[in-house]
Amino acid sequence: MTLMPNDTRRGFLGLVAGGCVLAAAPARALDQNGAVALIHRAVDEVYAVINSGRPAAQMLRDFEGIFARHADVDAMARSALGPVARQIGGAQFAEFKAAMQGYIARKYGKRFREFIGGRIEVGAARPLKSFWAVTSTAYLRGQNPMAVEWHVSDRSGRPRFFNIIIEGVNMLASEREEIAAMLARRRGDVAALTADLRQAG
Amino acid sequence: MRAAILLILTLSACAPAAPGAVNDPYEPMNRRVHAFNKGLDAAVLRPVARAAGGGDDAAAATTAAAPAGPTAIPAGPIAAIGNFGSNLSLPGKVVNSLLQGRPEPAVRNTFRFLVNTTVGLGGVLDPAGADFALPEIDTDFGETLHVWGVPEGAYLELPVLGPSTERDLAGKVVDLFIDPLDSVLTDEQKIAGTGARIVSKAGDRAQFGSTVDSVLHDSADSYAQTRLLYLQHRRFELKQEQDAIDPYAE
Repeated sequence: MTLMPNDTRRGFLGLVAGGCVLAAAPARALDQNGAVALIHRAVDEVYAVINSGRPAAQMLRDFEGIFARHADVDAMARSALGPVARQIGGAQFAEFKAAMQGYIARKYGKRFREFIGGRIEVGAARPLKSFWAVTSTAYLRGQNPMAVEWHVSDRSGRPRFFNIIIEGVNMLASEREEIAAMLARRRGDVAALTADLRQAG
Repeated sequence: MRAAILLILTLSACAPAAPGAVNDPYEPMNRRVHAFNKGLDAAVLRPVARAAGGGDDAAAATTAAAPAGPTAIPAGPIAAIGNFGSNLSLPGKVVNSLLQGRPEPAVRNTFRFLVNTTVGLGGVLDPAGADFALPEIDTDFGETLHVWGVPEGAYLELPVLGPSTERDLAGKVVDLFIDPLDSVLTDEQKIAGTGARIVSKAGDRAQFGSTVDSVLHDSADSYAQTRLLYLQHRRFELKQEQDAIDPYAE
């Protein structure tokens, strides 16, 4: 239903099958401004931490807090783990999710020095599949500007980002591959993978 | 030259990609080359880049604003040699833009080459980028082949040169032949140019050191990570549409 090409058609379908359209409506409950505002907030909070001059370990904890607040960690963890996520129990998935949250925050957060003295300019949002893609440009010292795209959805109940595309490189796709390799190394043992993730990043 | 292009077109056409899957029929061979490249990076490139850039993340991790270590060579000479090397690559890029039917980047790179070769003292400085808003517009014969409709072909990891595809390898070979400077420069000048490009690569290894370290030496399957990064970034450079992940539709 979300693929309806235009409002007229959606209106027509609304007459025929109002229930379907209502079911599809939440996908666009989040508007363009809401998606852009979320990324502004996240970027501002990240830069507030970077500029705070706190010790690195404290910064990494702060980054994890920002990530937990503004990212849909649940959807990201589910996507990164793939079909295995549906085969394990809720408690085990929760542990994996918590470990992955720390892993992502450390892995990407420890690169914060590259952002000192730089800035991220947030652009506009465009609809993509069931969500919004928010464009931004990272201006880092001594480097060419980088295109950074954020994928935002409110399927979790409020606006959260769930993927970042840096110069075409898809973070979720990269983590899917990495987590699959870590899981293969542990012969499919999710508990062992979770323990490894707590040390990684 | 024509024979080379023909050979390349046949090469690129021989491995069609299954939709959604990674087109990597040479994976066993590629993985052996990857192991070699990784060893080379650990033994040579990483130590050299660390010495040149002073970027040791483990040591720097305790302070927020990490100054370059006392052993660091100032960034100046490396940047100057890098500028010199990339200035020499501009005429080849101009040729490729023209072959792609894109006059605007060809004109901009031509002006960049003229400004940096003269005002920029033979390309050592970069006044075109700094004062004339003429940054380098990157392209190569691999992109030209893409514009002409040649498919990407199979993924390849080349010794020393790193990740590539059949189409990009073909592009690299042709780029050696279509460089207009080839007929102008003396052999000594060409060697200096090649040397400068190698130093510039070492400079890149220093600048993007933590990214390379994280992919090559920290990930569980560095081969798969390298392949994914290269292919996605290359398709982005060529402005190809890439499939977005929708975790809510899975």
